[in-house]
Amino acid sequence: MMDRRENIKLLLTGTVATGFWLTTGCNPKDTATAEKIIATSTSGYGRTPEEMVHDAELMSQTFFTEKERKMVEILADIIIPADDKSGSATDAGVPDFIEFMMKDYPKFQLPMRGGLMWLDSQSNKDFGLSFIDSSATQRLELIDKIAYPDAATEDMKFGVRFFNLMRNLTATGFFTSEMGINDLGYVGNRTNQWNGVPDDVLKKFGFTYDDEWKDVYLNIEDQHRIAEWDDKGNLI
Amino acid sequence: MSFQISEKGEKYDVVIVGSGAGGGMAAKILAESGLSVAVLEAGGDFDPAKDEYRTQLRWPWESPRRGANTQRAFGDFDAAWGGWEIDGEPYNRVDGTKFDWFRSRMLGGRTNHWGRISLRFGPNDFKRKDIDGLGDNWPISYDDVSPYYDRVDKLIGVFGSKEGIYNEPDGYFLPPPKPRLHELFVKKGGAKTNIPVIPSRLSILTRKINNERGVCFFCAQCNRACSVYADFSSSTVLMKPAMKRGNVELYTHAMVREVTTDENGMAKGVIYIDKKDLNEYHVSGRVVVLAASACETARIMLNSKSKYHPNGISNSSGVIGHYLHDSTGTDRMGIMPDLIDRPRYNEDGVGGMHVYTPWWLDNKKLDFPRGYHIEYWGGMGMPGYGFGFGMDTMRKYILDEFGKPSPNGGYGKDLKKDIRRIYGSTLGMSGRGESVPQYNNYCEIDPDTVDKYGIPVLRFHYKWTDYERKQSKHMHDTFEEILTAMGATILGNKPGEDTEYGLAAPGRIIHEVGTTRMGNDSKTSVLNKYAQTHECKNLFVVDGGSFVSQADKNPTWTILALAWRTSDYIVEHFKKKNL
Repeated sequence: MMDRRENIKLLLTGTVATGFWLTTGCNPKDTATAEKIIATSTSGYGRTPEEMVHDAELMSQTFFTEKERKMVEILADIIIPADDKSGSATDAGVPDFIEFMMKDYPKFQLPMRGGLMWLDSQSNKDFGLSFIDSSATQRLELIDKIAYPDAATEDMKFGVRFFNLMRNLTATGFFTSEMGINDLGYVGNRTNQWNGVPDDVLKKFGFTYDDEWKDVYLNIEDQHRIAEWDDKGNLI
Repeated sequence: MSFQISEKGEKYDVVIVGSGAGGGMAAKILAESGLSVAVLEAGGDFDPAKDEYRTQLRWPWESPRRGANTQRAFGDFDAAWGGWEIDGEPYNRVDGTKFDWFRSRMLGGRTNHWGRISLRFGPNDFKRKDIDGLGDNWPISYDDVSPYYDRVDKLIGVFGSKEGIYNEPDGYFLPPPKPRLHELFVKKGGAKTNIPVIPSRLSILTRKINNERGVCFFCAQCNRACSVYADFSSSTVLMKPAMKRGNVELYTHAMVREVTTDENGMAKGVIYIDKKDLNEYHVSGRVVVLAASACETARIMLNSKSKYHPNGISNSSGVIGHYLHDSTGTDRMGIMPDLIDRPRYNEDGVGGMHVYTPWWLDNKKLDFPRGYHIEYWGGMGMPGYGFGFGMDTMRKYILDEFGKPSPNGGYGKDLKKDIRRIYGSTLGMSGRGESVPQYNNYCEIDPDTVDKYGIPVLRFHYKWTDYERKQSKHMHDTFEEILTAMGATILGNKPGEDTEYGLAAPGRIIHEVGTTRMGNDSKTSVLNKYAQTHECKNLFVVDGGSFVSQADKNPTWTILALAWRTSDYIVEHFKKKNL
């Protein structure tokens, strides 16, 4: 019946019963890192103590080598470049998200690492240059072979699968960032009052709310009036 | 009991195990009647009004995984702690069984994240054997439960529309929200195919029902738990008020192992392991109420062996654990060409669908028994992890201004533009149906395995039958009919026999019930019609374990109504000094 703040404090100072630690599988070094990250973190998002430790542990590790990271950045910006509406994938921090997902979902690691190496080998084979050293035109020439699953040749299949993964992670990383959500025009996630689809949109699609429930639907002005019913269950 | 186990607290009138729908309701009703109550919860305290627990109104980028479900089964922002797998709390499956057991270790249990779909069972749902000769009737009827449904409606709040459908009884409804745009398309598709599409029935406060709880502000995030208590969860609506009023003592991190009994086989209390100090404690009560969830309650009862109850408490019938059944479930998706590149506005609405389809057909004309309802989803929701995936197969559905489809896959500015355009155009539907309870689908104690608290764990035996497979097949026929009629392009292939027609594994719908079912015959049931165990009159079960059959409705509203009914019965018998 300890409150959570208390719990985290005890957890991190190591004074909580050892039983609690059995579940976390942390070594002292991870613990120290986790402690530092939590101490400097300004916002949580409703994590349990175990989840906080887990996230901090993942963030303290690095998966991509410098070269891999560079390749991920290049690929991410090829997939989602800047345009007149918003910035590019790297502008939105997508490589950091991909780095995190490698550790969060270890099944990504092999296809991602193998895919990057495969791409580099292809580049060497085709142009005698590593992917990073190849020109923008050369990069696209190679990517065109793996970016279109329905048109790709049999020997490019592995590359197609790798690029699908890269495209998925880049697209989702971009459109779940603040920049991407603004680009998309999502305007929810705030307190508001739902009073149906706006009239002009309804009209555009040929709908009305003038149906058998028109008198039953919530009248938004009544929201704060305490509901009362008659004996038959009709709202008064 | 052995002398090493220390006694916790005073002797309570009632000891309740579990703080979900059943346990929360029992705690509230029993405490209000003046009885002293202890509630044991296997997880931690939780209150969505406190910022440290809050996931509501967070943005996807606040999570380093953008809300992916690698940690929490329903994503990072879902309120439920726990999941299908819990560290140190295993369970096993035998004979090719696929059964997944979702547990939520926290105050309020699984009511913190559920879909708030609050449907009453109808008159037919209590008497299925009379209709199709399968399974068993409940020992009670709709008339026994209906006054309690009425009270639950008024206490907790549920919106809906009065429809006068015999087996979908109306209640005391709050006004339903207007349908979203894709739901208007669904309604149109329903009208064309004679499939009813009516306002959904969710326990979300579209209007205030008292001064203690707020009203819905339409963020569509009920599964994240509501900081103003505008939806139902046991923690915010039942447990908190009950504890505030007094008479209720909450034990968190208390993992109950067994019910203890005296020399006459009567319940004395429970033994629990404190998850923090890993010691055993005993809590005494004049009455013990189990509300740990159908399977966890069965586990506790089977592990409660004594001289008087060698087979587990109140289990000389051997029925505990049997007749385990979950809802059937299968889903399908489509894309609406009309909704590509749609105008933007805030379409969040309430947390869940604004319309649904209740069961509408006559099984006498079909090749399977029992019905299903259909839930609908789609719209311009908040993007989370996974949004933007699948462009390698879906991009071809996006046409340019000349009607030319985009190529699958790709990259660059065109891809970026297409993802913008596809946003809000995909939708889907989920069938949730009634299965036929089987004696041979059951959980039992695994003689080989204990959890990290030393408590023997469950192992599951479960197989779907042709009844459920044929129902699932029918769901997909219906989905295709509706999707086509509303003008959607169907995505994916129709699942075939090899995948049991897309039927989800039992346990995945998280409506598992039936393990301690009620009945008038103590040889074929565990509980009497008041959910009192046949062989131990001061032991009760108020979770989904008591269900004889599940109906195609979500079980929560019925768990709440039955828990209230049982609590009234307990109070009455305390007054008569029978307990």
